[in-house]
Formats: sequence, C-alpha cells, structure tokens
Amino acid sequence: MSNIKKELLYEMLTKMLKIRYFEEQIDKLYMKGEVHGTGHLYIGQEATAIGAILALKKEDVITSTHRGHGHCIAKGADINLMMAELLGKKDGYCKGKGGSMHIADINIGNLGANGIVGGGIAIATGAALAIKEMKTNQVVLCFFGDGAINQGVFYESANMASIWKLPVIYVVENNKYGMGFPVSKAVNIDKLSKRADAFGIKGITIDGNDAVGVYDTLSGLISEARSGSGPIIVECETYRWKGHSRVDPERYRTRQEVELWKKKCPILRFKKYLTDNNLITSADIEKIEKDVASQIIKATEFAMASPFPDPREATEDVYA
Amino acid sequence: MRELFYSEAIKEAMTQEMEANSKVFLIGEDVGVYGGAFGLTFGMIEKFGPNRVIDTPISEQAIVGMGIGAALMGMRPIVEIMFSDFLLLAMEQIANQAAKIHYMFGGKANVPMVIRTPGGGGTGAGAQHSQSLEAILFHIPGLKIIMPSTPYDAKGLLLSAIKDPSPVIMLEHKLLYKKIKGDVPEQRYEIELGKADIKRKGRDITVVATSLMVHKALAVAEKLAREGIEIEVIDPRTIKPLDLDMIIDSVKKTNKLVLVEEACYSGGFTSFIASEVASKAFDWLDGPIIRVTGLDSPIPYSAVLENTIIPNEERIEEGIRRAIL
Repeated sequence: MSNIKKELLYEMLTKMLKIRYFEEQIDKLYMKGEVHGTGHLYIGQEATAIGAILALKKEDVITSTHRGHGHCIAKGADINLMMAELLGKKDGYCKGKGGSMHIADINIGNLGANGIVGGGIAIATGAALAIKEMKTNQVVLCFFGDGAINQGVFYESANMASIWKLPVIYVVENNKYGMGFPVSKAVNIDKLSKRADAFGIKGITIDGNDAVGVYDTLSGLISEARSGSGPIIVECETYRWKGHSRVDPERYRTRQEVELWKKKCPILRFKKYLTDNNLITSADIEKIEKDVASQIIKATEFAMASPFPDPREATEDVYA
Repeated sequence: MRELFYSEAIKEAMTQEMEANSKVFLIGEDVGVYGGAFGLTFGMIEKFGPNRVIDTPISEQAIVGMGIGAALMGMRPIVEIMFSDFLLLAMEQIANQAAKIHYMFGGKANVPMVIRTPGGGGTGAGAQHSQSLEAILFHIPGLKIIMPSTPYDAKGLLLSAIKDPSPVIMLEHKLLYKKIKGDVPEQRYEIELGKADIKRKGRDITVVATSLMVHKALAVAEKLAREGIEIEVIDPRTIKPLDLDMIIDSVKKTNKLVLVEEACYSGGFTSFIASEVASKAFDWLDGPIIRVTGLDSPIPYSAVLENTIIPNEERIEEGIRRAIL
C-alpha cells in the first residue's frame, strides 16, 4: 500500500471527480449548443493528470495539450474561469480569446494547453532550461499524447534536454489513438517509452489508470529530475472514452473496446482502493461527489451569467 | 564618434544587455566556440560562459520553442537562427506559438524573445541561404519585425527589441555585416520600434527601402542629385509595426513614390505600403507607385544571374526615372 497522506488522497479524489464532472457538463453543454467551438474531453484519463501533477510541488510547472482540461484542473485552475472560457465569455481565462485548447495560468505554473500536437514540447524544454539557468530547482511536466511522440520537435527537444540534463519529464499519455489512428499502426515499438533509448535517458511505461501508482512513480521520478539527473520519458497507458473531439464517428474502434476500458475506470478503481483500505467512508465519498457536483453547477452559472466580450476587444492583446 | 561595423554594433548591443541583465542569454547553432557562422558572436562564450551563450544541436524548431519556454519563465532569450531561410524549419513555433501566446492567453502571458537572423542574397550562397522572407513574417499578427540598415540603427533597435515584451524578429543582412561601418555611441541607447527614419532628405520623390536596399537607394540618390533630382530616402527600420505616417507625410511633399525591396515581387511587403498609400494619400500622388523588387524566382548561384534577380542600382534608378516621368 502506498503511504500517500489522507488529505492528499481526498484531494486526488476531489480533483478526479472535478475533471470527470466538468467534462460531462461540457459534453452536455455541447449538445445544448451552448459551446461555440470544439473541445477534447479527458474522460477516462483522469488518473494520469491527477497522479502526475499532484506529485509536483506547487512551484513546479506543466505544459498541456489540446486535451488539456484535466491538466488544468489538476494544477489548480479555477473552474469558473475555465467554464466561462469554454463558453466564449469575457470572464474566461483568456477573455474568450483562447477557448478549450488555449487555457493557461502562468501564476499557478500552467504554461498552457496547446492546439498543435507536440506544440508544447519545446516550450516545456525551454522552461526547464530557464529553471536550470535561474537555479530555481523546479521541475517541468510536459504532457503530450501518443500522437505527438512522432512529431519531429519531440526528437529535437528530448535530445537537447538529454545533453543538458534538464529537469523535464515527458509524460506521454498513450490513450491508444492519435485522433483515429491507432498507436499500434503509428509506431514499430511495443512501448513508447523505448524511445528513451534513442536519447540515452530513462524511459518507463506505467498504468495510467492507476492514480496511486502514477502518483508514487512520478513522485520518485520528479525527485530524480529535481536532483539534476536529466529528462525522463514516462508513458502512461490509458484510454479516452469519448470521441476525439466534438464530431467523431468513431469508425476506428469498436463499442466493445470502449466498454472494456470503461470497466477499467480510473475513478472507480481509486474509490475501491480507498474503501478497501478503509481510507475513506462511503458517506465521505458521497459528500465529496455532492460538493464537486455543486461546484460544477456554480461554475456553469458563473459562465452563463458572464457577458460575451465586447467586439472592440477582438484586436486587443495582439501585442504585449 | 567611434565607428563600428554593422556586425560589431549587434554584438555590442547583445554584450551590453547581457552585462546589464542576467536574464538575457544567447542560444543558437555555433554561436559559442565557433563564434557564429559570420563571426558575429566571436568571444562571447569566453566572456559569458556556456550557460549564457548556448551552443545547440541543429534543431531550429526546438531552439525557438525553448526560447519561448524560457521567456514564459521570465528570461529574455536572444535566439540566433543561422540563416533566415532556416526560420522556415521553426515556423510552427514562431507563427503558432510565439506570435499567438499573448493573444490566445488573453494577454496574461508574454513572450519577450528576440530572434536574430541574417537574410538576403548577393553572397553566392544559392537558393536556400539567400532569401528575404520578411513578407511571410509580416503577415502574422503578433510578431514585430525589425530590419536595420545601419550600425547605429542595429544597436538601438536590438536593445529595444530585447526589452520589448512581444516576440521580435531581427532580420539582418549578410552583406551589411562587414561592409557597412558607421557612428555608434558607446553607451546603451534605444530606438523606438515602429519609427521610420529619413536617411536622406529630398523634395522630388520618396523612395522607401529596407536593409541593404537603403544603401543602394542612397547611392542612386547621390547620383541623381547631380542632375538636380532630390530624392527622399525613407528607411522604415521596423517593418512591423510600420511607420506609415512618415511615408505618407513624405508622399504629400513629393507626390511620387518608389518602393524598393530585395524580396520577390509577388506578395512582397512593400505591396502593402503601396495599397495603404493608394488608399490614404491617393489625391497626393502625381503618378503610379513604382515597386522595384526581386524577381519571382529562387535566388540563383551564378553572380550574373543573382544580380539579375536582386534589385541593383540600375534597376532602382530606372524605377525612379519611371516615377518621375
């Protein structure tokens, strides 16, 4: 059994539920036509963001992806501002200019989601370079998917991180598909973490649906990275329940496959871990669920009440 | 005043700013021990050490991306891309990331990064080491672009660029590095981005030229002055944001406009100046706006061919005479 403190276990559960409920709410709002643009839901992958990001220190930083709501919430984003951003409102994180794929919060160490697959990899590596230069002893978690690992910028970035021993951990969320293209057809290796061999760095593959396991593994790796031993590649095996984005006929996978993975739900698994080990009561779980659900309702109300931006703001913020 | 070569002025600006601000660092291919492909950064690694003058592998996209990441963390990177042609390898990070981060994040994050890179032809380097790509960059909102033509402007603009909170691309010209010498104050000084400069005053015709073309235009102006034709040569210095006011004010005085740029004809950035002047100062024009530009061709190797593609003084003079008719 892991020796994660009770307080943190509660936080993990709360935030996993927050991600799940937030995404479910966004899905509903899509259907109702309240969300103007597209979005990529993180449902099914919650344990990876939570296990990895909660293993960081507050001052550590992350870069995220187009499927970034989970990372944002895990890093402590305000869901009111997230919801408002998704609805294209003035009070959103980006004043309605970014949308789902561009939420960032520099103050809490979230250097931003990214609409380009692999777009954040070099940025994360540069943040790690700055940390080394400024000797601030932080660590960067760079999230990207199995699709992004085949982008050239990953090769360029991981190579530089390896020669300079930068404090960055590349967290590859292998959710089995790059949009509709199966990872098995996209690479000629069985484990994406084997790419680490090309850079002479450590690479491991773990169960990305096991929040406790992700937390424990990442805690150790983050300490290593902080001590200056260089970059690491961690492949987290997980699965995306929903389609790639809002419109996805899902012709590339079977319903049975999705159902199989739903049985491996990271949240159910975490709850079971907590109750089996008497770390939480069912009553407490229920209380947390209720509380999170009401936060989501409040966030939705906040977002709905927020005004749309003034058209005159459209050309503001082009330059700093 | 003390004279410096264009390349020396750039090096001095970087050196002085790195001395003054520990957040400023230089990163690029062979900027360290080698001293830069054009020798511009020679000796800087000895002065500042390998942590502030960082030699990288050949990985343009990641070099620029790392500049962005470091900038987001509060540093002030100066990224050198060895030839401006190689910017194309890094365009994802330049156009999708650096240029848009401030806007996409609702003004809550800045990318104070400078990308310095030599462009232009005339060196026999062929089609992949000679381009003038400013129009591609000019089209992307969020980037500032400077193209100094003199050592004085190079130092002052670069010092401003390093302090600017937005990403700035500095397009240098290889033929200016060791050929153009000029007065440069020893202390630090800044030239405001977005301010053009009149390089020669004249009443008869306005010629707008950038980078190396400024010097060719000035040579033609000198020649035509002997015929009594007084040419006003304006150097925008910053092409984005562009100082259109100064150009329009000059056109209102001379009523004639010739635009000179080294880049290809189609979609060249001076076509934007032409359209702006035509729509905002049409009544002041006595004749058509003439553009003298590179031809729509890759830059060839042979000097005879290269000199045909890139505007030379004869072509600039011919353009001016057409505008005067």
